[in-house]
Amino acid sequence: MRELNIGPASEFDDPGRKIIAFDGVEVGVFKLGDAFTAYFNHCPHMGGPACQGKIIAKVDEAIAPDRTSKGMIFSKTQTNMVCPWHGYEFDIRTGVHPGNARMRLRPVKVHLSTDGDVIVTLPDARERPAA
Amino acid sequence: MLERTPQQFRELQEITIKSDTRDILAHATKQAESFEDYFLVDIDAHVTETQFWNEILACIDNDVIRQMAHGQQLRPGQGATALLNTVPGMSYQHVYGRIPHQAALAEVVEEPGAHHFTTLARRSMDALGLDYQIVFPTPMLTLGMHPQDEIEAAISGGYNRWLIERILPEDDRLKGMLYLPFNSPDACVELVEKYAAEPAIIGFTVTSTRNKPVHHNNYMRLYSLIEESGKPLAFHSGFNWSDPSFLQLNRFISMHAISFVHYSLIHMTNWIINGLPERFPKLKLLWVESGLAWIPYLMQRLDHEYQMRTCEAPMLKRLPSEYMRDMFYTSQPLEKSNLKILQCTMEAFNADTQLLYASDWPHWDFDPPSSITMLPFLADQAKRNILGLNAARLFGLEVKRTRPRAADVLASRPGVS
Repeated sequence: MRELNIGPASEFDDPGRKIIAFDGVEVGVFKLGDAFTAYFNHCPHMGGPACQGKIIAKVDEAIAPDRTSKGMIFSKTQTNMVCPWHGYEFDIRTGVHPGNARMRLRPVKVHLSTDGDVIVTLPDARERPAA
Repeated sequence: MLERTPQQFRELQEITIKSDTRDILAHATKQAESFEDYFLVDIDAHVTETQFWNEILACIDNDVIRQMAHGQQLRPGQGATALLNTVPGMSYQHVYGRIPHQAALAEVVEEPGAHHFTTLARRSMDALGLDYQIVFPTPMLTLGMHPQDEIEAAISGGYNRWLIERILPEDDRLKGMLYLPFNSPDACVELVEKYAAEPAIIGFTVTSTRNKPVHHNNYMRLYSLIEESGKPLAFHSGFNWSDPSFLQLNRFISMHAISFVHYSLIHMTNWIINGLPERFPKLKLLWVESGLAWIPYLMQRLDHEYQMRTCEAPMLKRLPSEYMRDMFYTSQPLEKSNLKILQCTMEAFNADTQLLYASDWPHWDFDPPSSITMLPFLADQAKRNILGLNAARLFGLEVKRTRPRAADVLASRPGVS
């Protein structure tokens, strides 16, 4: 494993991200609120660059108590990244597809240093997703 | 063992409509490193012809219709859709901006001496690892629903001329299928007579989104000519939200999931039940862009009913499924959420010899070649057949490597790891 300092946390927007390429591996590092998460830039669907797409709130459907639909609304609690190849969405906090819990991005360890830098722990080559 | 590293990393950027095709598809290029020795043919890729609409309109022979088009273009916002029956405000394929390459390929193109589209096509071929790519139009896929037959005929004439004279001569890796204005059988015959011998035209296309019975006697002369040419006839499916049944569907996903298959089911059924395989035994048929799951459904359903109602299909000498097994199919969009079902589906129509890989690039539900190479139940030879050798057999393409090495494509892109 290797630790990689990708810069100060203060450089990130909220929500925001950096996608880094290092030693043949690509990792998307995301900030949402106070939390940092990181994933391999590899969509479990077909291997697309999942971390390089749009960041957008999940779409929900508002259902009234009488079970009638009141239309589509943006979630106030869930923000997704969208794989630009085919539109697969993944919750930035969990890496999980909103409609298929088995479809999930592979997480990468990330933490903040005492200096406020974002540190990514890159696994060895054999633990990385195949192309 | 944890190692702290001081090395520099590179930052990758968000993919937008301005991203270079080779960067969008960089991961597909990495995948292509694992099948460098395969011969690859993409049967179904698309040009967004409205991006070059002025060039195509200029190729329309009829000067009245050409003037109509130019007159239409005076209206703000109609420069790229003049005469077309598309509904631009409902082109939802890109999932409201979530899939940028479907919204637009607005990348920088500065290659001197090449048409803008040729450059885009070369980038996609190089990035996906393709030796040949067959070009189909996009908004024109719904032209069969145009209420004015003469407009379909005029536009298709302009498009065919543009493709044959302007695009295909630029790169031997690009091939075309002649668009047939199927609502005007005589115009189809004229086009086939004019262009059938063009080397870069390797077949003929009927866009399936239309309400024309393929067994009508008006088409027999056309099918005879195509059969004589030795080149295949393709039915390329599409969607049509205006169909009365589909007007009940309130979301694009619902309509899109059903509409492509709907038209393939209708045209295939008419083709089989009216005995066209017996009337044109040497005519090679290819079914494009409906996925595969509809094939075993229709095989079973038609076999079941045919054996009870044989008197309604007196031309047939075999089961409907046997005729369907003689035909060819393209792979995209490959349904693969259940691999057992996909395996059975492929066995049902002898995919090893009858299936042809298609990417559908740059559309939103495109399949890279890895959609085939990653299938665990296919033997290596079957993968090679599907990805290129079946196409070489059907279209008479020379099996030769024309693409650069994947590693070289990646090395030419500084923004790719």
